[in-house]
Amino acid sequence: MTWDWSAVADFMPRFFEGLLVTLQALVLGALLAFALGLVWAIVLRSGPKPVRWPVAAITEFVRNTPLLVQLFFLYYVLPEWGITLSAMVTGVIGLGLHYSTYTSEVYRAGIDGVPKGQWEAATALNLSRARTWSSVILPQAIRRVAPALGNYVIAMLKDTPMIFVIGVMEMLGQARQFASETFLTVEAFTVVGIAFILIAYPASVLMRALERRLVR
Amino acid sequence: MSADSTLSKKSPPIAGTASSGETAAGSATAQETTAQETTGAPVTQGELIRFDHVTKRFGENTVLDSLDFRVFPGKHVTLIGPSGSGKTTILRLLMTLLKPDEGTITVGGEYLNHEKKNGRLVPASEKHIREVRKNIGMVFQQFNLFPNMKVLRNVTEAPVQVLGLSRDEADERARELLELVGLGDRCDAYPSQLSGGQQQRVAIARALAMRPKVLLLDEVTSALDPELVQGVLDLLRDIAHTTDVTMLCVTHEMGFARDVSDCVMMFDQGKVIEFGHPDKMFSDPENERTKEFLSAVL
Repeated sequence: MTWDWSAVADFMPRFFEGLLVTLQALVLGALLAFALGLVWAIVLRSGPKPVRWPVAAITEFVRNTPLLVQLFFLYYVLPEWGITLSAMVTGVIGLGLHYSTYTSEVYRAGIDGVPKGQWEAATALNLSRARTWSSVILPQAIRRVAPALGNYVIAMLKDTPMIFVIGVMEMLGQARQFASETFLTVEAFTVVGIAFILIAYPASVLMRALERRLVR
Repeated sequence: MSADSTLSKKSPPIAGTASSGETAAGSATAQETTAQETTGAPVTQGELIRFDHVTKRFGENTVLDSLDFRVFPGKHVTLIGPSGSGKTTILRLLMTLLKPDEGTITVGGEYLNHEKKNGRLVPASEKHIREVRKNIGMVFQQFNLFPNMKVLRNVTEAPVQVLGLSRDEADERARELLELVGLGDRCDAYPSQLSGGQQQRVAIARALAMRPKVLLLDEVTSALDPELVQGVLDLLRDIAHTTDVTMLCVTHEMGFARDVSDCVMMFDQGKVIEFGHPDKMFSDPENERTKEFLSAVL
């Protein structure tokens, strides 16, 4: 096995292209997961019953099936029903939807952790339901669970290579293509591996710091 | 209705009258009850709060048993009795944190949990409840300030969101109230930076900011360190003597009850077993249970 620094240099332009795609998918997927998860959590807690159980069924289903299967389904089966999405959009939706079922549980824990007295005080002040959620409950719940949400972003980062299977050229995809063209497999995959560590490790340190700050 | 509710039906505790401040006669209320049964409409005689045959159960346990009572505007009523006798339940029913299993509650002549539709009494819509609830404010044992908001915002949030005050107007009113409760200089603190006594005073300011007609005080000093209790009680005494807000308070502070109350109601096992002016209640109670209870707490 040889290590060729010039190969690393050759790979860099494509690597950065892939990195950009990875980060895009991660950021958009995470935003989707945060937003959808919140919707699930609120609906499951206080939505009307006819809405509550389908949401419970869907989130349970999504959480208990592999992301890979979901990606294939979204990308290859939906077009059969006339819904065709680009690979990138499919990837973002797949990641976001899958992780929303986890963030929903995180939010639920946060919401349950808000003392009952807070709901009662909001009622005593005659705040509307929407205002009670937005001003009183969620700010407290989210503060409590922000570190746990952050941890899911890191987990999500590590799942982004999966969207390569539907043809999104993120970091791993770029490495794979570079390697098959040049046979410089070691350099390409090593760079990608190191890149994941360089993003994920500082991020998890940051989360721990955040946890110390927020959860007192 | 159970047979043993005759006590409360014949002589419902009446916390003063609208005009004279004296206790009204029981006979008027008996007629009135009949009138209500025939017409199905709330008959008001100027009372602000009225419970008619209110029953509340928790599982097998009947906490309030066909309770009747009325409170007139501006009166200060103290509820006393052993724990589990249903005192706090009354406040929580009034605050709509609980729903009665039977009976009706009216506030300012409006049904609290019901509304009239085609001449029939049906469970009230959220809108109706919110409208009636505007009249009521509550201070809790555990303060329940919003920890994510600064003191000032705790006091202004509801006036802005519910009453529709402008931010400036709400700020000004809140500062005045915080001044009144002695915390004019702590507007920018978070609740966690305050002592229990200070937090409770903010909670009192927060409740008053909504200009309620009725203020419910639920053991507001029970969670405080002993040295902080007096300050909060002095503040409430001040409010009782200088404003026309109607107060219902559950407290174990008998001295305070004696100072501010127009009427003391003694509860036992979901019923009012005795009521009257504090001077009489504390010095010469008639009921055996009241005597026992008072000798234990005084």
